[in-house]
Amino acid sequence: MQELTTTRHNPQIDPFTHVWGWEIPVYLFLGGLVAGMMIISGYFLFSKRYKENNCACYTLPIISLILLSLGMFSLFLDLEHKLFVWRLYTTFKIASPMSWGAWILILVYPIIITNLLMGPPAYIVNRFPQLNKITTYINTRPRLIQNIGIGNMLLGGMLGVYTGVLLSTMGSRPLWNTSILWVLFLVSGLSTAAAFVHMIAKNISERELLAKADNGFLIIELFVIVLMLVGLATSSQVQIQAVQLLVGGPYTAPFWVFVVGMGIIIPLIIQLLAVNHKIKHTPIAPIMVIVGGLILRFVIVAAGQFSHYINAHFH
Amino acid sequence: MARYGMVIDTKKCVGCMDCVVACKTENNVPEGHNRDWIVTVVNGKFPSVNLEIQSQRCNHCDNTPCVACCPTGASHIHEVGNVVLVEHNMCIGCKACLAACPYDARFINPEGYADKCTFCIHRVEKGELPACVSVCPTHCMYFGDLDDPNSEVSKLISSRKNHQLIPEAGTSPRIFYLT
Repeated sequence: MQELTTTRHNPQIDPFTHVWGWEIPVYLFLGGLVAGMMIISGYFLFSKRYKENNCACYTLPIISLILLSLGMFSLFLDLEHKLFVWRLYTTFKIASPMSWGAWILILVYPIIITNLLMGPPAYIVNRFPQLNKITTYINTRPRLIQNIGIGNMLLGGMLGVYTGVLLSTMGSRPLWNTSILWVLFLVSGLSTAAAFVHMIAKNISERELLAKADNGFLIIELFVIVLMLVGLATSSQVQIQAVQLLVGGPYTAPFWVFVVGMGIIIPLIIQLLAVNHKIKHTPIAPIMVIVGGLILRFVIVAAGQFSHYINAHFH
Repeated sequence: MARYGMVIDTKKCVGCMDCVVACKTENNVPEGHNRDWIVTVVNGKFPSVNLEIQSQRCNHCDNTPCVACCPTGASHIHEVGNVVLVEHNMCIGCKACLAACPYDARFINPEGYADKCTFCIHRVEKGELPACVSVCPTHCMYFGDLDDPNSEVSKLISSRKNHQLIPEAGTSPRIFYLT
């Protein structure tokens, strides 16, 4: 038997680490969702689908801007020294994923705004008529539009990857310390974004395409989850104990019921029936995918903080 | 350049918490927070039990995940003795360093910045010992330059059986516990 007694009782640290509450999972979810929407919008621009009626690439940028700003506000709420937030932009720390993220976010805004300027909403054009010149300039240059598409896909990819790398570089938290986490977060971001576009798309062929793409993303996500769990379960002692949090431990029920069951498997079945024209497309499956993506971030952030080296000593 | 570290003799430590009180007094550590603390480890089953009392704090690691993850450079390695410090006015309170520390040695000061043991660098720079070391009634704590083979800490590490905390985390902690 091994028994540990400590006199330390620091807030947010003891009895187990809980430094990040709801703000970080919400931020990671919105970041992943926007990353997925940028990749989808970028693909539509690159593949010249923007010429079709009601292409989602005209509505996604404004939604992305709003959601990303909400995500950043959520991140800001999490900061304990809020007045010093500007310090993020006085330096670049190459070893810090959070520093990378801060600068990626700065690069993401201009590319989304450029995409937005291809077809800004009427209420914006009415207020700023001079924007018409920029819109005309972009729309008369197909190569430029394709390049905007590439930029969207690249920066969207970087944003999606970063949300996972932020956690996976924490060697002290065995559950996060897996190099497959960025793949999971990127694919989850893509599946939630595809679900979102599937839900709001006015163009029928686009809706079909996104439903099919979402099915693909959900299947990949399922594989990535299995690979992550297998990878952790065959690793060191601390990681074996970390994976037990999701397989038999306190986070098992929310993970398997809400993330895997209601967030992946059930919507996948519904959408497979829909794309095969057995049932109609409804918002039910996309909403389940989106909520599942949000709960995935909550479970991973909370369980990751719970996983620890010292606990492994006193199993 | 010196590389400060600490050696703590668990055979002498009685867990009196003088080091904890000294730290709180010297550094005005806010109420309800600790920069150092006592951990008691009991191994075995009665009557064959082994007790080890450890005075714990930031390990001022050689490989510092807290410094690496800091997005602003607030967490840094001080030029004097490679001590790991936090620049309060640069810290945004993102808590990445709290999550990155395998020892959970950091906390958020009520004023908003990340806080932790400084090895009492303000005293060390004046040629004094850290407060915890200077008050220890059993003289179980030793402080010095790990890079100097003639320092008391280097000699104790080479002559006595010792261990670090969670070496498998790969942080190369600079506090050694004599057993």
